Amino acid sequence: MITSLVARAIDGDIRAAARLMRLVDDRDPAHNEAMGLIYPRTGRAHIVGITGAPGAGKSTLTDTLIAKFRKDGKTVGVVAIDPSSPFTGGAILGDRIRMADHALDEGVFIRSIATRGHLGGLSVSAMDIAAIMDAMGKDVVIIETVGVGQDEVEIASVADTCIVVTVPGMGDDIQAIKAGILEIADIFVVNKADRDGVDRTVKDLEMMMELTARRSGWNPPVLKTIATSVAGVDELVGSINSHLEFGKGELREIKRNARLFHAAQGVIKERISAKLSYGNLSKAIADSENNPYKAVEILWNTLLR
Amino acid sequence: MSKIRILVAKPGLDGHDRGAKVIARSLRDAGIEVIYTGLRQTPEAIVATAIQEDVDAIGVSILSGAHNTIFPKIVTLLKDKKAEDITVFGGGVIPEDDIPFLLQSGVAKIFTPGTATEEVIEFVNNSITPKSSAIA
Ligand SMILES: Nc1nc2c(ncn2[C@@H]2O[C@H](COP(=O)(O)OP(=O)(O)OP(=O)(O)O)[C@@H](O)[C@H]2O)c(=O)[nH]1
Ligand SMILES: [Mg+2]
Repeated sequence: MITSLVARAIDGDIRAAARLMRLVDDRDPAHNEAMGLIYPRTGRAHIVGITGAPGAGKSTLTDTLIAKFRKDGKTVGVVAIDPSSPFTGGAILGDRIRMADHALDEGVFIRSIATRGHLGGLSVSAMDIAAIMDAMGKDVVIIETVGVGQDEVEIASVADTCIVVTVPGMGDDIQAIKAGILEIADIFVVNKADRDGVDRTVKDLEMMMELTARRSGWNPPVLKTIATSVAGVDELVGSINSHLEFGKGELREIKRNARLFHAAQGVIKERISAKLSYGNLSKAIADSENNPYKAVEILWNTLLR
Repeated sequence: MSKIRILVAKPGLDGHDRGAKVIARSLRDAGIEVIYTGLRQTPEAIVATAIQEDVDAIGVSILSGAHNTIFPKIVTLLKDKKAEDITVFGGGVIPEDDIPFLLQSGVAKIFTPGTATEEVIEFVNNSITPKSSAIA
């Protein structure tokens, strides 16, 4: 049954693909077999991450990117992540509000997902869902992270191209440098360029970039956009495509491996925490006379051997 | 760990989505994942979105008076796409007299103005189950 669901999804059956993503997001036991069939079919899509502070304009930019990629004849997948409420587990997933123009375009598949407790800007399932879109043959898969504003390193390691979105004024904020945001951007976007102080922010960022060590030989451009009026979007897509070209070969292989590593690591973590039930842990702590390090030894030797 | 997913949709040309937002928030507070798509959605866009997002139900808020065409249209489009397992319910300003017709055309529940949000949550929790384990 799973085999046929996967086959239908890869063949372009939207309902099957959507249900497969549901299994993956719910970590339904069947998803293991499904993803085992999906991953060998991945590696074709250009995985683009978009990150940046809440409200910076990530979704609006994604909307304009979809339009431009479609005009260029490419198919697009979007994984849009919003936070789950830590108190109720519920979520309002609102990124699609800005992407409403593409609801009926069959060349575009948008999926909204909640963090479900995962920290770092993605969700446990986000990269699996991106992999399904890759296997479905989408040319570009855009991942819009939660606007955490700090810990976006996760997306930087798994996206082929990582776009960091800021707005005028943010360049003045020394916190932005501390957060390691300069190191992770392949492309910097100063959105809301219709606002005061944009040139100052661009200059500040360019100066800071010069002081940031980069290993790859790629110099991240700092671009201005007005997502609400599409200004600067052609240049942004130009940079995305140049970065794709630049990364062909070694860099792309590194990123692809990082994605496979990320997937494997996620599954390992899930399996370990499934075995580490609250009951198991509290028993081990009691058995070790309230010594957490001893408790881990006990658990490790009995459960995870 | 499966969760109920609901699309809250606001079709029609009137520009008020306060009611829809209130419902979206109370559903979230009840632990539900709500996909909210904003104003002026066509029935076609609503159905396409519901399918991509694999939601369990669509909650439709209509203030424009077009409920007698929009609700049946959504139900029909879902049938066309073999997605009739997605429950449709709604509210807004819908006169009592129109409710029997809407229920007959396949809408599961219509909430009249002034319904307490608790009542909506109760309906969702009682009649909608996340369908992820039932593989399509
Ligand atoms: N003035 C101006 N407003 C913009 C621009 N781009 C986006 N906005 C507005 O900024 C607000 C937030 O935009 P979103 O695209 O939702 O931002 P986001 O980063 O996706 O937000 P989260 O997903 O909530 O983190 C919306 O009201 C947009 O209309 C811009 O270039 N100029
Ligand atoms: Mg957004």
